Amino acid sequence: MAVQPPEARLWWNEPVARGELVWVAVAFLWGVVMFVMMIWWHLEGRQNLSTEVYRIDPEVFRSRVEAFVEQHKVGEEGTTGIPIARVPPGGDAYMLGRLWEWWPVLELEKGKTYRLHLSSLDWQHGFSLQPVNMNIQVHPGIEHVLTITPTEAGVFSVVCNEFCGVGHHQMTGRIRVVEPGKGG
Amino acid sequence: MATAAAGLGGLEALAARFRTCPVTGLKVDAAAETLIKVNAVAAVVFLAIGGLLGLLVALTRWQGVHLLGPDAFYLVLTAHGINVLLLWIIFFEVAVLYFASAVILNSRLAAPQMAWVAFVLMVSGALTVNWAVLQGDSSVMFTSYVPMQASPLFYLGLILFAVGALIACFVFFGTLVVAKEEKTYEGSIPLVTFGALTAAIIAVFTIASGAIILIPTLLWSLGYIRHIDSVLYKLVWWGMGHSSQQINVSAHVAVWYLIGALVLGAKPISEKVSRLAFFFYILFLQIASAHHMLVEPGLSAEWKVFNTSYAMYLAVLGSMIHGMTVPGAIEAAQRKRGFTNGIFEWLRKAPWDNPAFAGMFLSLVLFGFLGGISGVVLGAEQLNIMMHNTLYVPGHFHATVVAGTTLAFMAVTYLVLPLIFRREVMFPTLAKWQPYLFGIGAGGISLFMMGAGTLGVSRRHWDITFSDAALGFDYPGAAFLMLGLNGLFAILATVGGALYVVITVASVLFGERVGPEGPKTPISAAPAAVTAEAVGKYGSAGTLHLPGTYVLITVFFVAFVLYYFVNWKYLSELWPMG
Ligand code: HEM
Ligand SMILES: [Cu+2]
Ligand SMILES: [Cu+2]
Repeated sequence: MAVQPPEARLWWNEPVARGELVWVAVAFLWGVVMFVMMIWWHLEGRQNLSTEVYRIDPEVFRSRVEAFVEQHKVGEEGTTGIPIARVPPGGDAYMLGRLWEWWPVLELEKGKTYRLHLSSLDWQHGFSLQPVNMNIQVHPGIEHVLTITPTEAGVFSVVCNEFCGVGHHQMTGRIRVVEPGKGG
Repeated sequence: MATAAAGLGGLEALAARFRTCPVTGLKVDAAAETLIKVNAVAAVVFLAIGGLLGLLVALTRWQGVHLLGPDAFYLVLTAHGINVLLLWIIFFEVAVLYFASAVILNSRLAAPQMAWVAFVLMVSGALTVNWAVLQGDSSVMFTSYVPMQASPLFYLGLILFAVGALIACFVFFGTLVVAKEEKTYEGSIPLVTFGALTAAIIAVFTIASGAIILIPTLLWSLGYIRHIDSVLYKLVWWGMGHSSQQINVSAHVAVWYLIGALVLGAKPISEKVSRLAFFFYILFLQIASAHHMLVEPGLSAEWKVFNTSYAMYLAVLGSMIHGMTVPGAIEAAQRKRGFTNGIFEWLRKAPWDNPAFAGMFLSLVLFGFLGGISGVVLGAEQLNIMMHNTLYVPGHFHATVVAGTTLAFMAVTYLVLPLIFRREVMFPTLAKWQPYLFGIGAGGISLFMMGAGTLGVSRRHWDITFSDAALGFDYPGAAFLMLGLNGLFAILATVGGALYVVITVASVLFGERVGPEGPKTPISAAPAAVTAEAVGKYGSAGTLHLPGTYVLITVFFVAFVLYYFVNWKYLSELWPMG
């Protein structure tokens, strides 16, 4: 029994049953497949997290995002007063997370590739793009540059999915994706 | 020195009082017995509190009910995580450690005074951290990610608790040494003790990680340190937080073997393979913190791929091995006991009305199918992009730590009550139902939280209608349905959990004392009328015939492979990103 010492004193010399050996081999090979899968996706897949990262002072990041908004503002989101920044195709887009908003609203063109700069001014936040369902962690003091290509037009939301205090569930943002050349 | 120590040891041995267990024939040390009892009782108390808080959380996330306000919700969620994941599980694990060392090895417990010190520290830590959370200024979730700050008492409570747990581990190691020196057993330690040893070794590593990060964080909350790096914090914190899940797995796998042995007389089909599988947990334990950092900025892809797969899935291999050897041992035992017809007579005629067995087998199935598969998918570097911080994550770990660990610990309680507390289990009919109610409830909440997470719903989130947000958003209607179903199954799990608490507490306080002839509560199940010679000696190649187990693991493997690749298919449909 499993509550008694092994029957054979030299238990490590006992032969192992065939079926058990086969299962160990299958499970091991499956592990190798799953391991290779991740590497293969880095080479061939199109959804990999960027590793382009910079240390940045939150104040510096804030002034950069403000300058970006200054330059690219094309309007305001409804009656909220939140600026909409239209990013030139292929250009750099900035979004900051702070208690409790994602700022500003971005306007992108479908099928174009952008460099999206993310960082937080205070605590950690979660950049959760919905309903696409892409989720990226955002830290203060770290600027993360992602290369993204929207594949569909529409209004997309950014939900904060890292708990960031009592206003966490109010922290949202927006990305508008328009057909090429149809920007508003 | 040496002789003095030996002399003292001898005196202590004389002082220790033993009784002989009428069921197992094991010698039970009175000090060990008392310490197992107090730790188990503390565990059940924190489960009762924490489980109730879990229900409040689930009823709030059920948008139609939306029970608590936001402040209360985040406070209660913090308290839920701490009370169940830390306090219930670890108090119970300390009881398992003392049982697997002193009782199973026929030994006295080394240094019972230190075990009491450990207990007092753990209780004071538990009370301190709960007090801090109740004050309302420490609703930071049990992960307490910096730069969000809790009150110093919060960190202090966690540190006290961890120090206590560390001392308990050393009492366990000490007991192994005592048992070896006093030759209380022959040959190698039994498999169950080996599993417990695995858990304790991992515990020492994880508690060290915890100390490395929580002590500076405490100083930071007191103002002595200016800055704690938020990525580094997570890396080290999860060196404790995730690796300690390996403690839970080792402990509950040991409990599976234990229940199989006591109820059915099951032996490991191969000592070598089962021990190797435990050993894999130890080898790859420290790198699991990568699971929580897959979408974090500032870590290289190579680091993520290597670490998240535990160096090519070798720890997963350990679990997959147990997933075959545990049902295999049970099938072999059942066949030996005469249930040899067809592929599945051994399973059909298993003692399903014995709550220890029923709980153990449900725990095995739910842990493997729901917890294991979802965990590997969640831990694949790129797939994590679709799941990080969604409800998929709590869905996954309620399958591992609630349907798996908690249910296994509940199951073994039905053996601990008659064997250690020496009380008959009260309300035996309710006890028969308890594992099913809790198992189905826990399986349900796991599944529906995973479902909501697949639809993108955030974890730790008070209001998925975003009614107060400047920019609104609507999750799909199915997400609301998932959370409603989650609420219903949470009620079921709570009923099952409450039954467990009531049965345990009532049996400890008012249960009939077990007489000298042994308990009336069924422990080992009856064999078939005719015992066959189907399975000879275990562990000898060629004698094993386990067709049922092979069918089960084939079904498991096919489900695993399909679900794994379906998720890559979903991933390929996301916006391209690099
Ligand atoms: C009646 C039984 C239980 C129910 C109904 C329940 C329900 C829940 C729900 C709904 C959440 C919240 C998910 C979210 O909004 O993020 C949650 C979180 C959690 N639960 Fe449970 N749970 C139960 C038992 C347990 C047990 C026994 C454990 C541990 C052994 C556990 C560990 C956790 C942890 C660690 C969290 C995460 C807290 C956090 O995000 O900080 N739960 N539970
Ligand atoms: Cu946030
Ligand atoms: Cu948040």
